Amino acid sequence: MREKAYTRDAYGRTLIELGRIRKEIVVLDADLSTSTRTAWFGREFPDRFFNFGVAEANMMSAAAGLASSGKIPFVSTFAVFATGRAYNQYRTSIAYPNLNVKIVATHSGISVGEDGPTHFCIEDIAIMRALPNTTVLVPADAVETEAAVKASVDHYGPVYIRLSRPKLPVIYEEGYRWRGEKLTFRIGGSVTLREGEDVTLVASGLMVSRALDAAEALAREGIEAAVIDLYSIKPIDRETLTEAARRTGAIVTCEEHNVCGGVGSAVAEVLVETVPVPMEMVGVKDTFAESGSMEDLLTKYGLTSKDIVEAAKRVIKRKS
Amino acid sequence: MKTVLSLELSLINYSVKGLGYGANLLMVRLGCKGEGEVFHSDELVARLRRIALQLRRDVLKMTTKAGSGHPGGSLSAADIITALYFHHLRHDPKNPKWEDRDRFILSKGHSCPVLYAALARCGYFPVEELWRLRKIGSMLQGHPDMLKTPGVEASTGNLGQGLSIGIGMALAARLDGKDYRVYVMLGDGELDEGQVWEAAMAASHFRLNNITAIVDYNGLQLDGFTEDIMSLEPLAEKWRAFGWHTIEIDGHNMRQILDALDMAVMVKGKPTAIIAHTVKGKGVSFMENRVEFHGKALTEEQLRKALEELRWEG
Ligand SMILES: Cc1ncc(C[n+]2csc(CCOP(=O)(O)OP(=O)(O)O)c2C)c(N)n1
Ligand SMILES: [Mg+2]
Repeated sequence: MREKAYTRDAYGRTLIELGRIRKEIVVLDADLSTSTRTAWFGREFPDRFFNFGVAEANMMSAAAGLASSGKIPFVSTFAVFATGRAYNQYRTSIAYPNLNVKIVATHSGISVGEDGPTHFCIEDIAIMRALPNTTVLVPADAVETEAAVKASVDHYGPVYIRLSRPKLPVIYEEGYRWRGEKLTFRIGGSVTLREGEDVTLVASGLMVSRALDAAEALAREGIEAAVIDLYSIKPIDRETLTEAARRTGAIVTCEEHNVCGGVGSAVAEVLVETVPVPMEMVGVKDTFAESGSMEDLLTKYGLTSKDIVEAAKRVIKRKS
Repeated sequence: MKTVLSLELSLINYSVKGLGYGANLLMVRLGCKGEGEVFHSDELVARLRRIALQLRRDVLKMTTKAGSGHPGGSLSAADIITALYFHHLRHDPKNPKWEDRDRFILSKGHSCPVLYAALARCGYFPVEELWRLRKIGSMLQGHPDMLKTPGVEASTGNLGQGLSIGIGMALAARLDGKDYRVYVMLGDGELDEGQVWEAAMAASHFRLNNITAIVDYNGLQLDGFTEDIMSLEPLAEKWRAFGWHTIEIDGHNMRQILDALDMAVMVKGKPTAIIAHTVKGKGVSFMENRVEFHGKALTEEQLRKALEELRWEG
């Protein structure tokens, strides 16, 4: 049983840490700073924090102005508002001129739970990765969130970081280590968490811990599954994915996102050009879903480790 | 005698606030509207206040049972929602799709617990449904869903969109030669959204006098007081500058609510905005004016205390 922690707490803490050393960091929020945890930065650095009220479009274009004047704006709100409510502002004021704005969106996916479909965001990966100049990162836990936020500052250009509402199981050891080994978070990189010869589970965000659980369940049945934490959706780790397809000959993608245009699509786009192998996509099957507890929803909409196990068995059967 | 007195009182009340729409009241007195409808009886006011109390109790019970939801803004809206559904609106709970019905849109969709309570209590669906709020498979979603819930006119919850939807309905009424009216309730924090002002501009441009905007001016949004987060004042002047007939009332005074709704019907050539001064969490001492009850349900213990306070005292 893994410990659990909020990725948005990690974000809030990391912002303060970065804010102390990088004076050009400014933080913008739209009346959700208590939920996104940017309020913590606001308390520490009131002069560099701007709450725009419930006005995401205004906030997004203001971030463009700050960035073109030499600041590094972190813009936060829920994913559905960051990518939906301010889409065109992001596209034209920020992505097109390749401005140095970091968008850290919380409450992605359906694990938002009781607030329901109006507040879910199962399309943000698709939207953001369709835009040129945009980096899309989906950390798997609180530790990786810290690493992602730090890496985003060292990278010039727009970055979208996708976080969650609930606490997520902590996968990595403190200081971003996996089984004692120090990792480097690389934009365009991934982490191979487990080796296996029969199938590769490629997961991102909340689904990574579920993929690890699935791999263990599969191992008990004599199936060896590799597990990749694909934290960088764009740019994407073509080499690792291609190598995994070559070695295992079957891929299951696991995402808390619509299967249209998300992680599965991104992986498929690579593999159809390199090593086409049978694939199954575990994700939200093109529905808005409904209100409910997070666990009820993840079960009803097919995002459990059991669903991954079944998909793995199906895809293995399809190997030639 | 009594009714005349109450009119005088509310007149004083309004003019004290410096709102100067005595002209409307004059029209009322000159007989543009039937007397019985304008001077709301004490019985009616008492009946509605009693219902509002019931809705408040429902809101707190259903959100505590759900373990989440937005009680604060539901309580600030309770009296207005009551006046609409239990007196002012032309609607038929047995026929939710009736073409000539008035439309009500809860643009501040997170306050849907009070809308659900009103819909259930006037017969759109069984009251038992309220206790399944936010549960998987329920007809009552965390935010309004017009496909799942009878009586819900628009799917809202992403703030800023309701007034524009209302404009569409009001334009359709005009095209179809129908006399139904459209009512849209907005939050004060919600007014931060630029789209609200795009809609405000459009409604007066199209001379829509069949739409009424009601602002639940409770002074709080999610992160804190509206004046600290994004100041709104002078709010009435803003609506007037956008071409709206603008009325300010105490949003917990049932008589003022009823009068304002009636007056909006009589305004010609422009839309009406009712700025209702309210208290977030109204009716429960430890919730009033407290930001932490924006989006958090009461614990069982808090609920018990709250229900003790929400008793009919006439
Ligand atoms: C577009 C959008 N941005 C952010 C939110 C998150 N949110 C929900 S309620 C709320 C505050 C609303 O304040 P107000 O309109 O004053 O509502 P009330 O006080 O009546 O509850 C916010 C920011 C949202 N629902 N929609
Ligand atoms: Mg408010």
